[in-house]
Amino acid sequence: MIEFIQQFINGLSLGSIYALIALGYTMIYGILRFINFAHGDVFMIGAFSGYYLAFLFSFSTFTGGASVSMAIVILLGSMVICSILGFTLEKLAYKPLRNSPKLTILITAIGVSLFLEYGGQLVFGADPKSFPTLLENKELFNVGGAAVFSNSVVVIIVSLVLMILLRIIVMNTKMGTAMRAVSFNHNVASLMGININRVISFTFILGSSLAAAAGILFGLNYPKVDPLIGIIYGLKAFVAAVLGGIGNILGAALGGLILGLVETFVSGYLSSTYRDAIAFGILIIILLFRPTGLLGKKEIEKV
Amino acid sequence: MKSKATVVITLSVLLLSVIFSSCNKSQDNVIKIGQFASLTGSEATFGISSDNGIKLAVEEINSSGGVLGKQIQLVTEDNQGKPNETQTVVQKLINRDKVVGIIGEVASSRSKAAAPLCQQNKIPMISQASTNPEVTAIGDYVFRVCFIDPFQATVMSKFALNSMKVKKVALLIDQRNAYSTGLADNFRKTFVEMGGEIVEEQKYSSGDKDFKAQLTAIKYKNPEAIFVPGYYTDVGLIAIQLREIGMTVPLFGGDGWESDKLTEGKAKDALEGCFFSTHISTEDPNPLIQNFIKKYREKYKIEPDAYSFLGYDAMMLMADAIKRAGSTEGDKIRVELAKTKDFKGVTGNITINDQRNAIKPAVVLEIKGGKFKYKETIAP
Repeated sequence: MIEFIQQFINGLSLGSIYALIALGYTMIYGILRFINFAHGDVFMIGAFSGYYLAFLFSFSTFTGGASVSMAIVILLGSMVICSILGFTLEKLAYKPLRNSPKLTILITAIGVSLFLEYGGQLVFGADPKSFPTLLENKELFNVGGAAVFSNSVVVIIVSLVLMILLRIIVMNTKMGTAMRAVSFNHNVASLMGININRVISFTFILGSSLAAAAGILFGLNYPKVDPLIGIIYGLKAFVAAVLGGIGNILGAALGGLILGLVETFVSGYLSSTYRDAIAFGILIIILLFRPTGLLGKKEIEKV
Repeated sequence: MKSKATVVITLSVLLLSVIFSSCNKSQDNVIKIGQFASLTGSEATFGISSDNGIKLAVEEINSSGGVLGKQIQLVTEDNQGKPNETQTVVQKLINRDKVVGIIGEVASSRSKAAAPLCQQNKIPMISQASTNPEVTAIGDYVFRVCFIDPFQATVMSKFALNSMKVKKVALLIDQRNAYSTGLADNFRKTFVEMGGEIVEEQKYSSGDKDFKAQLTAIKYKNPEAIFVPGYYTDVGLIAIQLREIGMTVPLFGGDGWESDKLTEGKAKDALEGCFFSTHISTEDPNPLIQNFIKKYREKYKIEPDAYSFLGYDAMMLMADAIKRAGSTEGDKIRVELAKTKDFKGVTGNITINDQRNAIKPAVVLEIKGGKFKYKETIAP
């Protein structure tokens, strides 16, 4: 039982990171109906911005000197950097193609993704970097051998807070209402006086800053970052978004958590050999019974 | 229509002339030795360290007159740490650069990718540090200057039972890595034969970042130590996460740990008091070793690791075999390599046995304050 609890916490903290990245996929899909394959790499840039910001603030690297306020500054700084990146990517790469076929924009996204990965290798170097200790990892409590460390809790809490904030933005603000309107129908929203370009830019900013937060939380828990981490984590988060119902914000969060828990339990109780096979197997089964994902709504195509 | 044909003809003539001119360029006054190495990618320190050692050897050979009156020209290709890239670059070394011998690599999976090509083309290949037994089993043109995993497994089994005094051990294996699975198989066999017990086995895939699930599963089997026969790229993260789930038992592993990047960052504290077996200790007072360290420091301003020594020895042995053969024909070099007996290398005397492996002692190092401290030598 104690082992189960510990595995559950492991799974939650891994799932929270998937969930944060998945939110970006799902929001952009909800608004633009396309999969931004470069999103996983924005997550990687987020982790690297954190890495370099920590050095910039003359962080007494690796050992001690970690303070909560500094960690928050680095988290926010990296969110700002990735917002700018997301905004620029949309303006340069996706906006000119908005009226071209969906396939064109999809291929562009793959191109942007490769550009960020291998550009990253060129700029940051291909070897993995040790992520500095932003927060001291203290043992919070230990119940009969189930040790709970602060970092896993930080990951879960920060993700939760960000998701609640996102929910408030989407449901209770004017911009959020505009986003939902655009996701229903571009043309009608535009007729109602909504500035579509602004809404799309805002969506990219929001999604990219969540990816940056995921990058920092990733570095906190798994202190080794390299320019290609975006590939596998981006893919997993994409799966999480589809699992929960792409386009649905709550679904993305749920999908991320489920994927994290399943992966952890399969690795812990069976074998990590079957980890991806079982995780993706579950995805296939869910999609067989609910083709739109767990919380996805059925879309009626009008002819 | 006519102009199109002209363009095609001109282009083909140009292309052909480029091909022929590059063929004619092969000079007669040099002997070309090829090297494939992971100079970039996640395991870059393997490639860089041994490349530095090899370059040092080439420099020494050339400054003392070269081989057979010719200078050695080293042709280095980066495989980015990928087995499929390895095949491409080795093809290039053999077919375009026309090298007479090939040196590579540290990682067994990449050596295994290159060996069949060298065998087919009858180009002798020396691996400086691939310890998986299957590497040299590929054919009689494939040699190595290091010990093999069955021996390394015996060393660590003995060390665990006698020096660490642990009997209940868990295994954490990189299932995507031929070196790791091979070393784990050998360790499991010898450790149980010697009276130890394997209480749990878990697997991961190189490049994974989350090991907590596997480590938590290991934790509840209460091992006294964990054997991790992986590469330094993953071992650091494993150690950090092991401490994060509240386990204090030591980790131990093989020569894949050897890199100054192993103890980077948080891993420095997490790996305190852990052990690994490797080819050489830089603390060894042997003048051959200390002399090499001095030369290496002067040239590169950094410290060598075991792979620098092995790279140097592999190059020196290749040059020596060419000298003994009096020829650059692959077949003759191969015969001489196989006859190697008591070759004076910086990693000790090298004698090639009939499986084309070197028989050498291993050392066990302990990690203390982020540095590798000599613990003991275990002879074959």
